[in-house]
Formats: sequence, C-alpha cells, structure tokens
Amino acid sequence: MLATLKGLVTTLAWAFRKPVTAQYPKQHLPIQPRYMGFPALLWDDTAGEPFCTGCMVCVRECPTQCMKAEMKDNPLQQEGKSHRRKIIERFEINWNRCILCGICVEVCNFDAIEMSHVHELGGYARAGSRVTLQELLKYGREFQERSGWKPSNPEKNVAGVALAKEKEKRQPAAAASRSEPASSNPSPGKES
Amino acid sequence: MTTEKQQETVELLLNMGPQHPATHGVFRMVLWIDGERVVDVEPHIGYLHRGSEKLCEGESYAQIVTLFDRLDYIANFNNELVVCRAAEKLMGVEVPERAQYIRVILCELNRIASHLLFYGTYGLDAGAMTPVLYAFRERERIQNLFEAVSGARMMHNFFRIGGVNEDVPPDFGQRVRRIMGELRRGMEECDRLLSFNEIFLSRTRGIGAIDAETAIDYGLTGPNLRACGVPYDVRKDDPYEVYDRLEFDVPVAEHGDCWDRYWLRVQEMYQSLHIVEQCLEQMPEGPVMAQLRRIARPPKGEVFVHCENPRGDLGVYLVSDGGPKPYRVKVRPPSFCSLMPLKHLMRGCYVADCVVILGSIDIVLGEVDR
Repeated sequence: MLATLKGLVTTLAWAFRKPVTAQYPKQHLPIQPRYMGFPALLWDDTAGEPFCTGCMVCVRECPTQCMKAEMKDNPLQQEGKSHRRKIIERFEINWNRCILCGICVEVCNFDAIEMSHVHELGGYARAGSRVTLQELLKYGREFQERSGWKPSNPEKNVAGVALAKEKEKRQPAAAASRSEPASSNPSPGKES
Repeated sequence: MTTEKQQETVELLLNMGPQHPATHGVFRMVLWIDGERVVDVEPHIGYLHRGSEKLCEGESYAQIVTLFDRLDYIANFNNELVVCRAAEKLMGVEVPERAQYIRVILCELNRIASHLLFYGTYGLDAGAMTPVLYAFRERERIQNLFEAVSGARMMHNFFRIGGVNEDVPPDFGQRVRRIMGELRRGMEECDRLLSFNEIFLSRTRGIGAIDAETAIDYGLTGPNLRACGVPYDVRKDDPYEVYDRLEFDVPVAEHGDCWDRYWLRVQEMYQSLHIVEQCLEQMPEGPVMAQLRRIARPPKGEVFVHCENPRGDLGVYLVSDGGPKPYRVKVRPPSFCSLMPLKHLMRGCYVADCVVILGSIDIVLGEVDR
C-alpha cells in the first residue's frame, strides 16, 4: 500500500512542474552540430562550381545503392578557372533508400558531399523522393552558410587554393632555377 | 450420441499477433486455451526477416556495421561493437585506448537506454500507463547525447574497425556527468513509481518462473539468466575492451520470475552508471582510430567474438576468405535464445500473464528474425 501511495505522490508532484515535452510542429528542438541529415553536395565559391567531380566512389560504397552520378569534361578547366578536369553533370539521391549512414562523406576524396541538417523531407509522391543535383546543391549551400563548413583538404580541393598553388609551383620553379646558386649555397651547417 | 459430442469441451485457439502492441514487434503466438489457462503455445517468427546474415556476404566490412545497427535496434552501439571487434580480432588490430573507453561509455549508456525502454514498455504490459512516459523522458537525454556524438539518435554507424569514426565533442565529459546526475534522479523516480507497486507485484511475482538449470539448457543469457541466480556476464567472464579495469557488480536474482527479471534490469542500470563514471575518470587523451588501410581486408580465417548486450550474450562468427567482403557471418542473437523457453514459461499460466511473460524476457524482433 505504501509503495502505491509513493507512486501516486510521484505522479502528483508533476502537476506543479513544467512539462518536458515540446509541441513538435510549432516548436522545433535544436539540432546538434554533428547531426546527420540528408546528404548534400557542396559548392566551391572560388570557381563557381560544385566540388563534386563525379568520381563515383560514394556510389560504389553506398550500402543501399541510393545514388547515381554522371560526369562530364569541365568547361571551366579549359578556361583556366578551375583545376578540376571532370565535373558532375547529373547526380541523384533517392531518399527513400538512403539510410543516412554517412559512409559517402567518409569515402569522398574531394570534400564534395556532407551530411546536411535537412531532415523534414516528408512528401506525398513517391516520385518526389528522387533528389536532383540542383536540390542537393541548394541543400549544400544552405548547410555551408549556416554551419560555417570548412573543407578538410583545401589545398587539393578548393579551386582557388589549388590553382594558386599550381601557379606558385610553376613560377617559383622558374624563379628558383635562376636564383638557384644563391639559395642553395648556404646550407645550415655552413651558416652557423 | 450426437448430444454427447456437442457437450465436449474443446480447446480454444487464440492468435496473438503479429500486429499486437504487447509483442514488441511483429511476433505471432498461437495459444491453445482451456478456459483461462494456456495449454500450449507456438511461436511464429520471421515477420521481420531481412536476411541480414546473407546481405553481409555482399557488403564490405565498413558497410556491415550499418546492417548490425539494425539487428537490435534499441541497442545499436552494442551491436556495432561486436562486429567491429570480430573484424579487429581477425586482423589483429590494436584499438587505441581512448577509442576503447569511448566505446565502453557509449555501450553502457546504450544499455541504460535499452533497459529504460524495457522498464517503460514493461509497465505498459502490466497495465501501468504512466511509467513509459517517465522512461522516455530519461531515455531522451541519452539519445540527445548520442546525436551530439555520432550524429544520429539511432542507427549511428559510429564505430569503425580499428576505433571510432570521430573523437567525441570537447564538452562530452561535462555533458555525460550532467546527464548521469539527471539519469540517477530520474531512475530513482521511476523506481518509486513502479517497482514495489502492489498491483505490479501481484502481476509479476511468481509468474513465469524458470530455474537455473532449465535456463542454461535453453541457452538463456544476460539478464534472463542472471535472474535465475547464475552470475554469468561476458563483461566479467570474458572481458573485452577495458572492462577488466573497471569495477562493477553483476546483479543476480534468485527466483527467475518476471519480477526478478525486471528488478535485475533496474539494478543493472545503476551499475552501468557506475561504469560510465569510472570510464570518464580513466579516459586518456590520444588517437581514436588505429592506423589501417582504407579498405579493411582481414586475412583468411574465422573468428568468434561475443559481447554482453543489454539482452544477453551476442555472438558473431565471422569467416573471411581474405577478400574485402566476409565469406560468412553468423549471428548468435540473445533475443532468439530468450524465446526458446517460451513454452516452458507459458504452459499453465493465465492468458493475461502471457503478455507479462513475453514482456519480461525483453525480446527485440529485429534481432530474433535478423
């Protein structure tokens, strides 16, 4: 009898406390920074094109085969604005199949894909579950703006940085060949 | 003569499930009933069969972790751990210490989350509507932490062969300590609410009892076996990760009835908190991932690894032919074995007790059917 009364007191005590529930559609709980929402493709502002080169590694490593990708020759590379020889032409993720595991992000060599915070993707049409390149890039831009995302390997992947590096390599190489005797002579041992 | 036949008493056949809220998934029981008493019971499983073991043969080792997430979908981290450990043992990989501690902390928190879910739904099974709300409130704290660490509330895909995906966030220790205080208070509140409630006691005490010898014969493990008085716990008897450095008790009950199984899980939650506390104190700095090749290719061979899941002894038997995909993966699921003594437990009990008994062995159908 005593235990039952104790239980009743426990329940009654909550009549004077604030509820812990959130009324969902009206009130959204904050998302954790690492939250893995729907994968999105990221945008390289320095070249004005996506990071993705369509190398297909995410397509191959996806446990549910939810992606499709096609690449093309990059016109911006011929103009000298980008270092990417190939660029993504078509990309499609079927979010009915995607299990949000994050393997595609892990295997990507080009910092091109990231788990965005998009998660309210409910719809009424099954055909609408195929997310195209434009939408993926849109999600990616939103994610980049909101989260302050930074590429993990900018020297290789950000077009601006990579092009500058290439240029530097070419020019100082020429400059170094001229000034080689001057720069190579003083070795650390002789200097001291 | 015909009148005599009409007056004959026949057993009533009652279908319970697969769509029944008390079966915790899609599980069907066919009950033969004589009045209020159960004469015989036949379980039907396989409604959630996804062929996970076969699917493993077509996936690379990194992808298998996602499949194991979906076996016991209430204790994801514990499932990931066992498959990662199997591949690591085969490859002879030494996992960095920090990664081991992170794994143990997450697994123990997941054990608490799983037992809280059991606590809530068991209250529902026994007819108490309130406890589930309290249990979910507490569980939500843990799920939030998991989201902050791994990026997902369930199906984390966070453990990797050779460590964990990412180091924990910088405020992890603080956060866990805060959560543990809240959890302890919440669990005590839950305890007050249900554990010794007279109605709950009369529903569960002495119901569905099984003795130690029969339990071992049926292959019960985990809390279900410990409730019969057998102190078997893989964490103690075959320590893995860093469990041999941690101090904790293995709670044991004696009668093996429904209430003992319930009470044991409540006690285990406090022990898990104790383990997490120690881990936070001992956790060193350092890398969280071993230096490995990008694609795991274990050498030719076979290995059996088992870990203590919230539901018992989860084992994985892995055969590799040296390729990037396993040759065969066999899972020894604790829930499946917990279902084995169902006939033994249910014969002779009341129909209403069936729900209580099935709830007390705490099965997850994702693991039973695989």
